[in-house]
Amino acid sequence: MANLNSLGYSRPAASMLARGEPMVWLTGAGLVVGLLMVVSLVAFVFLRGAVTFWPATVLRAELTSGIVAQGEVTRTESFTPDASFLSALNAADRDRAEQEIKHGHGELKRRLVRIGNFEITGEHFMWVEDFRIAPGGEKYPEWLVVLERMSWGRFYGTPVAYLANGEVVADGPAAAWAAFEAGDRGEHAAEGLVLRLVTSGGQLSDIEVSEIVRGYRGNDLDWADKLSLYVSRWHEYLTAEPREANSEGGVFPAIFGTIVMTLGMTILVVPFGVMAALYLREYARQGWLTSVVRISINNLAGVPSIVFGVFGMGFFSYLVGGSIDAIFFADKLPNPTFGTGGIMWASLTLALLTLPVVIVATEEALAAVPSSMREGSFACGATKWQTIQRVVLPRALPGIMTGAILAMARGAGEVAPLMLVGAVKLAPELPLDMTFPFFHPERSFMHLGFHIYDLGFQSQNSEAAKPMVFTTTMLLMGIVLFLNAAAIWLRSRLTRKFSGSKF
Amino acid sequence: MEELQAPPAMDRLSALAAGTVVPAEIHPELQDEEMILEVADFNLSYGSKQVLFDVNLPVPRGKVTALIGPSGCGKSTLLRSVNRMNDLIDNVTITGDMSLGGDTVYGRGVDVIELRRRMGMVFQKSNPFPMSIRDNVTYALQINGERNRAVLNEVCETALRGAALWDEVHDRLDESALGMSGGQQQRLCIARAIAAEPEVLLMDEPCSALDPIATTRVEELILKLRGDYTVLIVTHNMQQASRVSDYTAFMYLGQVVEYGPTAKLFTNPLLKETEDYITGRFG
Ligand SMILES: Nc1ncnc2c1ncn2[C@@H]1O[C@H](COP(=O)(O)OP(=O)(O)OP(=O)(O)O)[C@@H](O)[C@H]1O
Ligand SMILES: [Mg+2]
Repeated sequence: MANLNSLGYSRPAASMLARGEPMVWLTGAGLVVGLLMVVSLVAFVFLRGAVTFWPATVLRAELTSGIVAQGEVTRTESFTPDASFLSALNAADRDRAEQEIKHGHGELKRRLVRIGNFEITGEHFMWVEDFRIAPGGEKYPEWLVVLERMSWGRFYGTPVAYLANGEVVADGPAAAWAAFEAGDRGEHAAEGLVLRLVTSGGQLSDIEVSEIVRGYRGNDLDWADKLSLYVSRWHEYLTAEPREANSEGGVFPAIFGTIVMTLGMTILVVPFGVMAALYLREYARQGWLTSVVRISINNLAGVPSIVFGVFGMGFFSYLVGGSIDAIFFADKLPNPTFGTGGIMWASLTLALLTLPVVIVATEEALAAVPSSMREGSFACGATKWQTIQRVVLPRALPGIMTGAILAMARGAGEVAPLMLVGAVKLAPELPLDMTFPFFHPERSFMHLGFHIYDLGFQSQNSEAAKPMVFTTTMLLMGIVLFLNAAAIWLRSRLTRKFSGSKF
Repeated sequence: MEELQAPPAMDRLSALAAGTVVPAEIHPELQDEEMILEVADFNLSYGSKQVLFDVNLPVPRGKVTALIGPSGCGKSTLLRSVNRMNDLIDNVTITGDMSLGGDTVYGRGVDVIELRRRMGMVFQKSNPFPMSIRDNVTYALQINGERNRAVLNEVCETALRGAALWDEVHDRLDESALGMSGGQQQRLCIARAIAAEPEVLLMDEPCSALDPIATTRVEELILKLRGDYTVLIVTHNMQQASRVSDYTAFMYLGQVVEYGPTAKLFTNPLLKETEDYITGRFG
């Protein structure tokens, strides 16, 4: 080099493009954008979903109008009021509002308070603007308790007495609460036990202890109490049945339904997909016909999933299921047994939906098996099927597993077709239980994806359901992640078994 | 030694290049051998491209026969024709026949699977199967329905000893064969090919991917197999051909040019073309 330079040789300046730098940045940017979107989506869901069960402070806001709002603060925000908002206020309120606007850059602060006590108030939530609160009216009372109930949603009030069979056994907040805490609650509670509370409006309200799932003093929780409350709510969420139109309680049936449906789908789709790919790649004569079949299969992956749902409903539920009913369950007609949505039809529909994924992945895996291996097997006198079974399939197994994993991820997150073939808002029974024949393929089932849709768009109490949407989304993503991780672990074990790569 | 009136060298080569069939010079020593494989008037084309022209090649039983010739002259094609591996390729047309131990290879109603079981094949690139070392070696027996563990284990040991691999792998027979070194893998493929005691062992440049030490071992192995097995080996290495083979056939452009005892072919060939090729003057 030194010689060349001393001879006056200089390397022609390579253009930026020739050295490839811009492509590094461009491709890197592509990755970054993709990652950023994924990470921010996951982070958003996680941040919103993880805090749902963390207990909030309980506010008692005495308003200038004389109304007292009492409940958990679920959200705090600033908003810019428009003229009509201000003109609807009375003079004193408008004064305070205008004062606040002047100091607060044109914005007003308000809090969304979950006031509960639905049977009395007829509302679940109430916006409390700061200017409406009477001076000194913002309080966090020590004895204000939160009760989570079997029905009617949460209750906020101050305990005044504890009654057994109509007799007052404990009087005053401290004694009543101590008596309540000492005993069992929910379905374990004895009959006739009642907690008497006073509401924000000063009204007395008797609540049966057997109706109470959980009760705590919202402003008297230390860090450990909050944590144990959080854990206990998660526990309930993961193991219990839903209550209150799914906005309270657990999602266990949905978790169970999701997993059973996904595994069922995988069990159905993998053998079919592998068989189809085997025929296409190993037996069929490669030509225009196989190309057409391949293109069609790839196009199948682009068909909207709802179309599969319609097909599943029409073909599986009505035609196949209807025929099964007519033959085997004629005595139950007109009530359908198989002739309506069910977990088996849902699994089959999703199997159809994910079939292209499995076929394409398997075909690629088969194509990647070196032909020298096949030749070696044939040279040993193996038949075609022996070669496929003993050499080609084991070698292609990791690739086939990849296809199964992709299919599983696709199927577990699918909602639209499920609505037509058996996913329901509330399923009375699990598809797998202790009554003969243990697996009930005809039963409708709950599914986390459908649950999310139901919470987000069908709920009566949408404010209460909203945080649950994120929590459930988080859970669904966690389950998909778990299923994938399990399959990847299995694949890596198989890969290690079949292909060491030391050289 | 009889004096043949060989045509001038360039004439024969240009005749071959023009696609004219020129009968091979076959040394008279071969007439004393008992033949296990006979190739008779064998022609093969890939599509419209003819690759083998009227090949006549008797392969003596229990001897090592080497096929030499420049790249692309059809050695592999001929070798693969013996166990009908070319059946796997579309668009192959074949005329003529071969016979293995008196049985036709390309006749009507031949059971190809059965035929392949009578031969073993070692490829240029080692191709162990994705299974344990033991299963690799006993593959041919297993697909034949042999289930007896004792028999399989014994065959496995014999074949691995035969391929000079036993000492290296006897303590890891149940590990994946894909975890072995390249040279070990090739010897494993040889063990696999001899496990079913084939009548003919076909080897297509078995040492081309091996280091000198592994090559020596494979050559020793071939010498050891001589007598018990018939070996038909393709090689580009003249020294190797002269070291391991009893007979050598020189092929050029899809035809056998000269075929005779290795020692004679290498020191005193009948044809000038053979001498030229062996001494490296063309090819
Ligand atoms: N599958 C195939 N389809 C078409 N042509 C082929 C095929 N296999 C081989 N040929 C052609 O047949 C001719 C002979 O090939 P072959 O592999 O038998 O040569 P070879 O003597 O073994 O060469 P080398 O020493 O390089 O291995 C070559 O011209 C090659 O291009
Ligand atoms: Mg070759």
